[in-house]
Amino acid sequence: MDTIIIDGLSFALPLFIMAIGGIYCEKSGVTMLAIEGLQGFGAFVGALVAVLVSGLFTGNTPIPFYIAMLFAALGGAVFALLHALLCLKFKANQVISGVVVNIMAMALTAYLTKLLNRLLFGATSDKFVLTVSSRITVPGISRIPILGAVFTNVYPFEFVIVVVAFAAWFVMYKTRFGMHLRACGDNPHAVDAAGRNVNKIRLSAIIICGALSGLGGICFAYSISANFSSSIYVGYGYLAIAALIFGNWRILPTLAACLLFGFARSGGYRLVQVLQMPSSYQDLVMILPYALTLLLLVFFSKHNGAPKALGEIYDKGAR
Amino acid sequence: MKKRNQFLNAVKIPLLAILCSLIVGGIIIAVTGSNPFKAYYALLQGSGLAPKTSYANHKSMLTDFFSFVNYFTPMIFAALAVAVALRAGLFNIGVSGQMLAAGFTATVIVGYSDLNAFLAKPLVLLVGMLVGGIAGALIGFLKYRFNINEVVSSIMLNYIFQYTISFFINTYFVDPVSRQSREISGAARLTLMDTAIGNQKIDIPLGIIFAILAVILVWFLFEKTKLGYELKAVGYSGSAARYAGIQVGKCMVTSMTFSGILAGLAGVTYYLGYMGSIQPKVLLSTGFDAIAVSLLGNNNPFGIIFSTVLISLIGKGSTYMKSMANVDSEIASVITGIILLFSACNVYIKWKLEKQKREKNMKSGKEEK
Repeated sequence: MDTIIIDGLSFALPLFIMAIGGIYCEKSGVTMLAIEGLQGFGAFVGALVAVLVSGLFTGNTPIPFYIAMLFAALGGAVFALLHALLCLKFKANQVISGVVVNIMAMALTAYLTKLLNRLLFGATSDKFVLTVSSRITVPGISRIPILGAVFTNVYPFEFVIVVVAFAAWFVMYKTRFGMHLRACGDNPHAVDAAGRNVNKIRLSAIIICGALSGLGGICFAYSISANFSSSIYVGYGYLAIAALIFGNWRILPTLAACLLFGFARSGGYRLVQVLQMPSSYQDLVMILPYALTLLLLVFFSKHNGAPKALGEIYDKGAR
Repeated sequence: MKKRNQFLNAVKIPLLAILCSLIVGGIIIAVTGSNPFKAYYALLQGSGLAPKTSYANHKSMLTDFFSFVNYFTPMIFAALAVAVALRAGLFNIGVSGQMLAAGFTATVIVGYSDLNAFLAKPLVLLVGMLVGGIAGALIGFLKYRFNINEVVSSIMLNYIFQYTISFFINTYFVDPVSRQSREISGAARLTLMDTAIGNQKIDIPLGIIFAILAVILVWFLFEKTKLGYELKAVGYSGSAARYAGIQVGKCMVTSMTFSGILAGLAGVTYYLGYMGSIQPKVLLSTGFDAIAVSLLGNNNPFGIIFSTVLISLIGKGSTYMKSMANVDSEIASVITGIILLFSACNVYIKWKLEKQKREKNMKSGKEEK
């Protein structure tokens, strides 16, 4: 039971932060299918920086890890500019642009990982090996039955995500900027009439989305495989999109969706272990989050409240 | 005259995109210390479009070329699948998953049976079309009935197919040596492998005949039939089509079914033609590259043939390029990505070109007065 909660949380929280990024972007009226690519590129930049600075620190300090998180967010944000350029400046179809950004991110990171490994480290390798992140157990609270598992063996990034997620929630619902952003997705003309620049707000939303996705990406790189390679593209970005649609473009219900995915996954793995099934049955368990998503979407998509101007290119002159 | 202008405009932008990408790719190759011209020439050599310096026994430029045709046949189907859906305003990003599902089902039903070639080959095509069509129809139905975004549902289906099929291959059909699914029977294979012609052994892909047939059929559907017209109308504007009395839901399901059928054909020509076995847990990049191919070909069936040849050239030749010009083969997908990037902007470029022309016309109009 405890392992289900521990593993479930460490999967759900990175997913959640990526989904929040997606909510920001889509709430501002820009369709965001590029989370997969953004998280991968963010993780790439973060992992690269982590490998570069790891020599500067001795012992088992978590500092490279935090630096990696910072740069992952930066990398994601910078790569998101590509989506912004295509969608806002070149008025490309936003769905196509998202797919282009994904393909571009996969191709570039695979190429650059190999190239940089050769140039910087003289090694022929297609991945950056990261240190294994230490885990924290909060003394005291962790001894509470069941609930205590939430505070046992926690990755440090989980605390960071909780703080960032709360800040994101606050900005979205309690500040003037958040209100303008949400208005951009429903009625951009009203925002324009109120004297705000729609494209500027959308640009910042896309950048925020990139940063949060990159953050989620480096967390996956640390928690799941402890390295960066093309295996980071296993579709968690798309899962995050499913989570936010399922959560009806609102932050708190999206958290519930992410937790559901996380626990479905870790519960399934646990089941395979407990029943002592051969390892190939893990493939069947891997289906769980995806099948669950599809099933839940069947029930919840009918009356979803997507932002009204989602996917529409803002044209000042249009009526 | 007008038609010719339209054609020129349609060709100009993709060519521009290709040229820009090749220049950018060339710069990257040059910066990393290799000769871009040599690298690009190696791409041609690897695809059998230019002679290599030396050949192994029973090999020649012709064998390379046929192997290249064998390689790009699935891509034509896959790109058509994307184009058919895109024309109706739907985005089929699940082509890879549908390919896998069709290829796997055909492998299990026909590939492992002992039917003779005259029965097995048509059956493979039929099974592929059926499975792909069902998968496509399901996505269309989910969109029409439950309002589920087709991008999300097809991606979910991609993963479901990938893991389910990986499970079945690893449990029942695995070859202990290659760690892939067992090789299918020669009778079911859509490519005649190692056929001796003269003193050379050539792989003859039968799928290319059907691929060209499919190109013509898709063109006929969209240009000459009422159904094709309705599908296009839905793609341009769903609400306008609805006011005109077109059943939008039915059109969505129809176009996704067609798209799935084509993806299924791509699957059988790849897994039962080019490969002969299935690697578990791997989703092909063909379905995603097909988006690039379709965009580059302006979603036009005949344009797709050319863009398929081009993009496949980059993919197929990259291994030879790696050995000859010492360039990482990953650069191939980067160049494909850049082509895609430029073609995504085609609406903007088109608008810009038209604006320029209009301004020029206005100026000359004034001068005449």
